[in-house]
Amino acid sequence: MTCLPGKTERALGLVIDLDTCVGCQACVTACKGWNDQGYGVPLSDQNPYGSTPSGTFLNRVHSYQVQPEAAAPMIVNFPRSCLHCTDAPCVTVCPTGASYKRVEDGIVLVNEEACIGCGLCAWACPYGAREMDAAAGVMKKCTLCVDRIYNENLPEEDREPACVRTCPTGARHFGDLADPGSAVSQLVAARGGYDLMPEQGTRPVNKYLPPRKKDRPDQASLLAPLLDIQATGLAGWLDRVLGKI
Amino acid sequence: MNPAPSVIIFTVLSGMGFGYLALLATVHDYTGLAAFWHWFVGYALASIGLAASAFHLGNPSRAWRAFTQWRSSWLSREAWAAGLALLALAPVALSDWLQLGLPRVFGWPGAVLAVATLAATGMIYAQIRAVPRWHHWTVPALFLAFGAAGGCLLAGLRLPSLLALLVLGGMMALHWRVGDGAFARAGSTLGTATGLGGLGQLSVFEPAHTAGSYLLHEMIFVVGRRHVPRLRALALILGVALPFLCLLLLPGRYGPYAAVPLHMMGAFAQRWLFFAQAEHVVGLYYGKR
Repeated sequence: MTCLPGKTERALGLVIDLDTCVGCQACVTACKGWNDQGYGVPLSDQNPYGSTPSGTFLNRVHSYQVQPEAAAPMIVNFPRSCLHCTDAPCVTVCPTGASYKRVEDGIVLVNEEACIGCGLCAWACPYGAREMDAAAGVMKKCTLCVDRIYNENLPEEDREPACVRTCPTGARHFGDLADPGSAVSQLVAARGGYDLMPEQGTRPVNKYLPPRKKDRPDQASLLAPLLDIQATGLAGWLDRVLGKI
Repeated sequence: MNPAPSVIIFTVLSGMGFGYLALLATVHDYTGLAAFWHWFVGYALASIGLAASAFHLGNPSRAWRAFTQWRSSWLSREAWAAGLALLALAPVALSDWLQLGLPRVFGWPGAVLAVATLAATGMIYAQIRAVPRWHHWTVPALFLAFGAAGGCLLAGLRLPSLLALLVLGGMMALHWRVGDGAFARAGSTLGTATGLGGLGQLSVFEPAHTAGSYLLHEMIFVVGRRHVPRLRALALILGVALPFLCLLLLPGRYGPYAAVPLHMMGAFAQRWLFFAQAEHVVGLYYGKR
């Protein structure tokens, strides 16, 4: 049924740290690699070695330039994927019941056997999280690696989404955002995690952590005490003697 | 949004068809062969439109599943309303053709369902908050106005046609006027989309991908917006003004005969613009509208 569950037992999701993300695209590659052979039909590419390559991706990384009023500009790398919204507009528009939000963990999934490929859910999503697979004609989206996180055939440290597992800077965190005591919830509270496009009324589960404040050139450097080098031994004696002459 | 030909053909033809069927079932009482041809045109327009919509699907063979989610989905409700309308009107059409004498009141449920189909089509677009230009009551009102005008013209009802065309012209203008400020009123910017708005002036440094994608093709279709004033003028002149003059100036049946094709061309121009001009908020991530 494409009615949304009133309340989910857990709210699994991602917390993405825009301060630490270096835009290496490793999460994009890991996501495509895992989801090409796991849940549902593969993520196809069209004309991959030609002049106009395109393909289905569940995660994409943008880069933005921020120009503060009185400081140096900075680059913020911005991974974008499904936010597993509490009030997911993509779910209620689905005419076939293929799109659904799970009661047990809040993951938004597509039952590809029932998807007619009308594309209405992709229209309803403000975040561009859904992409129609051009080869299979069904809608693809982030599954939060539902075939990894509960997979007892994998070593325990691998039971998290592929993007989180692969991130070399630890910019991606996975956990239950409905539990205020979870590591991700505490991280969100400590760093001021926020929702994307709150005005769209989707109540996303995934949160983004803002870039930390940067040093200003006119502020004293944290390295200042280390720059005051005091010589010791023979050099120190020479330093003192020569200083007295 | 991408103005897919299948969806444009579907909404224009089915819109006229269902409007016409509603009038055939309630106002008209053709009999014999005349009734057959009138009902045939109504059913043909509605069904060609519905068939065209199937070409828009990635997996048309599963289209029957679209009947299952009427409780939450407007697309599902539209499928039900359309299917039931065509079924409910069949006895009335047969009665008119074969002169079985079924009372006119039997046409009313089918007519109500036909009008409900038009409203549901409009609601499919109006429910989408991520496309601010569509997220407004003027959209279902516009689809209903098109159904009324197209139906009255096909039915050759002179005075109702003139009134319906006036209403349609007004609705088109209102929809454009409301729509032009809708994106700004919705309040979504690159700042809210990334949450970085408070840090400084934001701009796209690098796109997420260098070539095309489903998102760019489907939601960030910018090509069709170049000729907005010309297409609006075409929609108003062909869809409303010329049919209005045809009905006023041409005698007898020639008025509607000349007006219907003109109105249909205007409807196609309006519908192309309806999709091509609608901006999806996901374009913000790409620095495009």
